[in-house]
Amino acid sequence: MTDLPTDLTRATASALADALAAGTVSSVEVTQAHLDRIAAVDGQVHSYLHVDTEGAIAQAREVDERRRAGESLGALAGVPIAVKDVMTTKGVPTTCGSKMLEGWIPPYDATVVTKLREAGLPILGKTNMDEFAMGSSTEHSAYGPSRNPWDLERIPGGSGGGSSSVLASFQAPLATGTDTGGSIRQPAAVTATVGTKPTYGGVSRYGLVALASSLDQAGPCGRTVLDTALLHAVMGGHDPMDSTSIDAPVPPVVEAARAADVKGMRIGVVKELGGEGYQPGVRARFDESVALLQELGAEVVEVSCPNFEYALAAYYLILPSEASSNLAKFDAMRYGLRVLPEGVDDPSAEQVMAATRDAGFGPEVKRRIILGTYALSSGYYDAYYGSAQKVRALIAQDFDNAYGRVDVLVSPTAPTTAFKLGDKLEDPMAMYLNDIATIPANLAGVPGMSIPSGLADEDGLPAGIQILAPATKDERLYSVGAALEAALVDRWGGPILDRAPALGDAAAVKGA
Amino acid sequence: MSTATADAVMDYDEAMAKFDPVMGLEVHVELHTATKMFCGCPAEFGAEPNSQVCPVCLGLPGALPVVNEKAVESAIRIGLALNCEIAEWCRFARKNYFYPDMPKNFQTSQYDEPIAYNGHLDVELEDGTVYRVEIERAHMEEDTGKSLHIGGATGRIHGADHSLVDYNRAGIPLIEIVTKPMTGAGERAPEVAKAYVSALRDLLRALDVSDVKMEQGSMRCDANVSLRAKAGDPTSPEQLAVPLGTRTETKNVNSLRSVERAVRYEISRHAAILDGGGSILQETRHWHEDTGITTSGRVKSDAEDYRYFPEPDLVPVAPTRELVEALRGTLPENPAARRKRLQSDWGYSDLEMRDVVNAGAVELIEQTVAAGASAGAAKKWWLGEPSRRANAEAQDIVTYAAGLGLTPAHIAELDGLVVSGRLNDSMARQVLDGVLAGEGTPTAVADARGLELVQDDGALEAAVDKVIEANPDVAAKIRDGKLQAAGALIGQVMKEMKGQADAGKARELILAKLQ
Repeated sequence: MTDLPTDLTRATASALADALAAGTVSSVEVTQAHLDRIAAVDGQVHSYLHVDTEGAIAQAREVDERRRAGESLGALAGVPIAVKDVMTTKGVPTTCGSKMLEGWIPPYDATVVTKLREAGLPILGKTNMDEFAMGSSTEHSAYGPSRNPWDLERIPGGSGGGSSSVLASFQAPLATGTDTGGSIRQPAAVTATVGTKPTYGGVSRYGLVALASSLDQAGPCGRTVLDTALLHAVMGGHDPMDSTSIDAPVPPVVEAARAADVKGMRIGVVKELGGEGYQPGVRARFDESVALLQELGAEVVEVSCPNFEYALAAYYLILPSEASSNLAKFDAMRYGLRVLPEGVDDPSAEQVMAATRDAGFGPEVKRRIILGTYALSSGYYDAYYGSAQKVRALIAQDFDNAYGRVDVLVSPTAPTTAFKLGDKLEDPMAMYLNDIATIPANLAGVPGMSIPSGLADEDGLPAGIQILAPATKDERLYSVGAALEAALVDRWGGPILDRAPALGDAAAVKGA
Repeated sequence: MSTATADAVMDYDEAMAKFDPVMGLEVHVELHTATKMFCGCPAEFGAEPNSQVCPVCLGLPGALPVVNEKAVESAIRIGLALNCEIAEWCRFARKNYFYPDMPKNFQTSQYDEPIAYNGHLDVELEDGTVYRVEIERAHMEEDTGKSLHIGGATGRIHGADHSLVDYNRAGIPLIEIVTKPMTGAGERAPEVAKAYVSALRDLLRALDVSDVKMEQGSMRCDANVSLRAKAGDPTSPEQLAVPLGTRTETKNVNSLRSVERAVRYEISRHAAILDGGGSILQETRHWHEDTGITTSGRVKSDAEDYRYFPEPDLVPVAPTRELVEALRGTLPENPAARRKRLQSDWGYSDLEMRDVVNAGAVELIEQTVAAGASAGAAKKWWLGEPSRRANAEAQDIVTYAAGLGLTPAHIAELDGLVVSGRLNDSMARQVLDGVLAGEGTPTAVADARGLELVQDDGALEAAVDKVIEANPDVAAKIRDGKLQAAGALIGQVMKEMKGQADAGKARELILAKLQ
């Protein structure tokens, strides 16, 4: 067993789990160390929308007591975690980064949260996100953006930038995410952390505030591939409350991460993902990673997925269509924000709904509701929603063809490293292009992972490599991810996050 | 905006001389499954408002639906009973519109892929004519919550001070049964409409899938009506070739009688407009039970675009053929066929059977016969006082009898008391009054009221002698063979005996003494 670092927040989740199991450290100590770290640095990073100090300590104490009583506990029992604010937490505020749900206290836990609680992971708090998970930067959060610990003037990715920045700033060893078009993988890429979007249906969606039901998938976020696998095993599995949940055991992700073996695997480089529009430094780190995989014994071939070029267009019809309907429930009638229209004496329910939705939703949410409402309208349905579904089928076919030849596919996760806050806020298309490489997996329901590939030469910022596998073969992500991670860490001489600037010093906040 | 004033209407017969009516009926049926369509909340009627709710049926953020398998089975059974094809694969769809009683602001329904389609139901009219109603589809959906508008005169949203919403009903499984355009009924259209809804109600009750209580809203009917120019006999090719006119949809017609009245009213209203050179506005209409008219609701031309799309939170419903055939095996006897069988078993004339059916007493009589009464007696007692009182209370007889605790076993017991000679008819009627008044079982009532035929032949004979002596003229007529004159003497004997005599025995004695 490796010794724990003096600063418990620098330890991996698996090291913490081992130490907790061995009794060399208590969950209360580990949890308190993270709460202290949050108090010290979150003012700079703004990863959390809500910190549940009392709840986290109470859960930690309970796990410690159960352990002392000799109960058999899960692998991650006692390791604290941050939960994306899109997952309902009983008794703890859940806002989805929106004013619409400010002050709402859910009366129930998401299935994922129930599983975390049952597995004994103290929940530190809720992480920031683009409003209702719409965005790639957290700049669309109604509560202000999170910042990238590598450069506080830059975005931490989105929508799960709260969770990625939590990990990169050591404010939690693990976090949950949701990925509708890249919201786990792109934030992981730009912060040098790890994130997996499991196979659609691999993790329950019950209690995830829906963005686009047919695309949304919750998944694990960590700093190492093994940590991510351990969390994946806790979060995953069948849930009778979610009709689209897969009725099968969680794939053997932890075993795959521990074996870290790619010998004899056939790896396909997606020709359409990585050309024009990809930053040279991102591309260079990707090519090196592919070369490393070859050195590790994998066979690498180029694979074409010709319909991927239509993925973004199809995605921006399907997502807004479903979102326009999913977000209709926010109407001020039962919960959340209620705004009365100005200058109306005796407003009708309809007028209150309109005033509330006008005041409560941010511009990106409104943009997508309008897009989706239009795409589903009678007379336009076939041309927009209908055509998008056909493209979706073609993309799934591209994956099927590719997986006939190779075991996994790889590409850069995002075309660029983290951009500056404000750079793309006024240009939705530029923002949407961040997800060009991640969206196909959501459309086809196949699993994907991002791990750090290194730092781009031109800006010294993290880049990520994406690994994609066939549906239900999530373990392959971990075989490839863990093997590549080990080789890269070896080359770097230590975890890449060790190179990130120190936080906690006011001077580190540029322009502060 | 609704108009308060009544519209012009044309005399019905005149309307029928000029126009041919076409109807389309949409019937919503709440299934009486134990739980709701997409969650585990109880689906019972009448609980405290908002006591049967959960994150799913309240549409809380993050909650997801799961299909109630029992509801799907009920939908398939209904489809089979309506002679429909059952889809091998179908999906739910979202019907998007904003309304406070709809928690998600979309209704999970079915759109272009219904579970059952292309069926028919043969409907028998009062005179025995059979009309075939073609069924377009039967699909599954969830009910909405129930809005209660407080203040204002009409109980409608306009003019109300505030509104309350009860979400207990939200998510109750509904089956919507839609007919194809019903042509060829001619002047009998209103009657056909009523007979169809009535037959459908019988069928659903026999399937035991719904309470089918129109007054509680577990069965609701929307009636579409349009007129086209008269071009011959209603079923003639010339008439059927005339294109359909513009329709109106009259919502929430919630009793059998109202179905007939509302269709008839709309026919007369359309006729007046068309005859005056006007055109029909495609709109929804509200039926007013009290005044017997409809008023304008929502104009269809600015109806909302529901933006249907397949429900992504649910997987397709794909019933196996084995399941469908197994469910077909659970179908009850068709109510119409069953009625024919019962009529033959009971030896009723067509007219007698129709009376029983119209009184809604088929099941009661069946149970009464099973409890030992003769079919004739069962009919006589049920269609007598209980039926008369139920009508006076505007209730169906089953509900009325259940409310008073009057059971088929009681009627059979009453009949037994007559057959055994303990009671005569008039005494039995008094006993029934007692039972209806809650005084107990027939035997208990008879005991308590001291009702019992005098079995003492000596007393009867004395009374007969006394009456013959007092009526020599009548006695002479009987001696001359005019036996019908005995009735007058029997009446007096009964009077002597204070009603507690067996009239049959009295007649026997009188005839024996005078012949």
